[in-house]
Amino acid sequence: MKNVKTKLSQLAPGESGIIKEFTDLEMSVKLMEMGCLPGESIQVERIAPLGDPIAVTVSGYQLSLRKQEASTIILQ
Amino acid sequence: MKKHLKVALVGNPNTGKSTLFNALTGLNQKVGNFPGVTVDKKTGACTLNSEQQATIIDLPGTYSLYPKSKDEGIVLDVLANPANEWHPDVVVFIADATNLKRNLLLYTQVADLKIPVIVALNIMDLAKRSHIKIKVDELAAKLGVRVVPISARKDEGIAELKQAIAESGEFALQVDTLDFDELGIQNTLTAIQQKLAIAQPYVALQVAHNYRQLNFLKPEQQEYIQQLLAETAFESKGLQAQETLARYSFINEVLFDTLIIPLQIDQETYSNRIDHILTHRVWGFVIFMGVLFTIFQSIFAWSEYPMSLIESLFIWMGDTAHQFLPAGALTNLLVDGVLAGLSGVLVFIPQIAILFAFIAVLEDTGYMARVTFMMDRIMRKVGLNGKSVVPMIGGLACAVPSIMSTRNIENWKDRIITIMVTPLVSCSARLPIYTLLIALVVPDYRVWGLFNLQGLALMSMYLLSMLSAVLVAWVMKYLIKARERGYFIMELPVYRMPRWDNVALTMYEKVKAFVLEAGKVIIAISVILWVLASYGPPAKFKAIDEKFDSAAYTTQYSPEKIDQLKASEKLENSFAGMLGKSIEPAIKPLGFDWKIGIALITSFAAREVFVGTMATLYSVDGDASRMESVKERMAEVRNPETGNLVFTLPVAFSLMIFYAYAMQCMSTLAVVYRETKSWKWPITQFVYMTAMAYVASLVVYQILK
Repeated sequence: MKNVKTKLSQLAPGESGIIKEFTDLEMSVKLMEMGCLPGESIQVERIAPLGDPIAVTVSGYQLSLRKQEASTIILQ
Repeated sequence: MKKHLKVALVGNPNTGKSTLFNALTGLNQKVGNFPGVTVDKKTGACTLNSEQQATIIDLPGTYSLYPKSKDEGIVLDVLANPANEWHPDVVVFIADATNLKRNLLLYTQVADLKIPVIVALNIMDLAKRSHIKIKVDELAAKLGVRVVPISARKDEGIAELKQAIAESGEFALQVDTLDFDELGIQNTLTAIQQKLAIAQPYVALQVAHNYRQLNFLKPEQQEYIQQLLAETAFESKGLQAQETLARYSFINEVLFDTLIIPLQIDQETYSNRIDHILTHRVWGFVIFMGVLFTIFQSIFAWSEYPMSLIESLFIWMGDTAHQFLPAGALTNLLVDGVLAGLSGVLVFIPQIAILFAFIAVLEDTGYMARVTFMMDRIMRKVGLNGKSVVPMIGGLACAVPSIMSTRNIENWKDRIITIMVTPLVSCSARLPIYTLLIALVVPDYRVWGLFNLQGLALMSMYLLSMLSAVLVAWVMKYLIKARERGYFIMELPVYRMPRWDNVALTMYEKVKAFVLEAGKVIIAISVILWVLASYGPPAKFKAIDEKFDSAAYTTQYSPEKIDQLKASEKLENSFAGMLGKSIEPAIKPLGFDWKIGIALITSFAAREVFVGTMATLYSVDGDASRMESVKERMAEVRNPETGNLVFTLPVAFSLMIFYAYAMQCMSTLAVVYRETKSWKWPITQFVYMTAMAYVASLVVYQILK
């Protein structure tokens, strides 16, 4: 097993994880409003052609967010 | 006759809210403004049944009542303030059946404001196709509200929804969705409720979180709340997070046995498959460039014919009016001032309609979100948004519709920067000036047998304009303060077919908004410009008339030539002419004489007027629209004092650079005013662009001289 990936921004396309917590309180409110909740499964679908932002599937729909924003989501 | 109901549509973005609004109101819509924000206020009449009417208001789509932007704040402002003009009797909450959990978050917030709510469960067709089952009756029972399944796109369930609205009671029956005790701020809420006479604890909580932005609070009330919150150590963000989690646990309980979602089968959705191509690292950009090119070509090519049709129609109307109306100052004002101004407004209609047809399709299909996704990285670096690409490419044709299209950029700062730099992009009105001046001074010569020197010069002007726009955007990124924290977190909606009726409606609405709102400013300025260019000191004008009526002229010249000479001399001596002469000292360092000064002033109406003014000033023979004759005449013009040619290479380039940067377009200024709702931005834009034009022309002229 290689290094354990803990942030959403570290996942490669196709990889998924379960949201554990957030590191940015203000951002967490927005993320939760958009359906990114602790306990939800989240999967990275693809990365934009220029490397940022990323597209994820969470609670049944697709969301796009910047890597910096994704790095505030800690996975289990 | 029962009470006339006010109904508000509330829901997440991309849930089909505007489709439902159109289905309910048909074409009985009015687009207006909410004070202080740039979202349109759409209202419409709806006949519920034979004896009841309702007014429907479409509130901006939002994911939460906690506003992330000033535009979203309007939802809370309307719903939390019973005194608001648009405070509804009933809220129709539109929820996306394929994504119920997230949609219900906003529902619970709205429900706790205790306005009667009806839930319209939309996109039921898609939900069924994805094998999502919703037990509608159980859901309704658990929430304590009417739940009406609909498919707004297919016009299904609309009659039932109207029936439900007609039957809605005065009192909110929905169950509480939040236990306020859990938040542990009971005392704060009670204090606010008492002080502001607010009945509902959740309204008080929203007031506590958002008191700075709520327009209906008085300054002393805001001060009171601020003090109260400081005393009770009210922790806004933490409480919002806590509340959101509590709401989701309520929603989970509700949906536990009312929503059945099939286990995710490992099968790619069609939307995902499309995305593999449309956001591909190579094909994605190729296709996007193709789309941009198509838009640009269409605005350019398709609008040409209707535009010239509108222009010739107005010319015909003007000629006819001159024929049948009594000659005099009033007729002149009406025909040459007002009618010409109106023509200057209506001529934009084809371009606006075409650009918005494309934008409506791009938005409707979901492709615009992918554009943002692909372009964000580059555009962010220079302070722009992924969505800024479309207005900037549209700016190659015309800045007016492009600036109107910046409205779909959600982030305020990104939108303002896009608006500020779009007029720098070389628009089609600059083309006649560039071609005229380049033909005048750049030899028609091939370099290495491949590149035409004139073509190269023209291309450089276009490249320069793009480069300048990007550079200015980058500078403005540091100068303009953000109004709200910028998020990029954005839904990527599934691809859908565009709704053609919606495309048509968007075109109609944008054209109407432009004509009615920007049109007023444009007509006013063009009347002023017309007065300046056609009137001067009466004594002088009389002398000119007498001079050309004298035998010395009438025997020597043909009547046409006399008219030309007279027009030229009158323009020189008009108020605009006097202005042109008075600014000569300021523009001399740029290589311009007073005649160019006059053209700079008259072409503030629109850049292409430059050519016409040159034709009048130099009494060009024949039709002024024949550019070749204007060019020939300009090529031989000499300065009467020095005897040197006026339009030399340094002057021509200095002039081109000036037109590249200067805000010589009143229509753009009018539309910037409409889109920003303040004179601050058009004035800033005018000042910075004119300053930039002056400095750049000065440098170019002094170097080339």
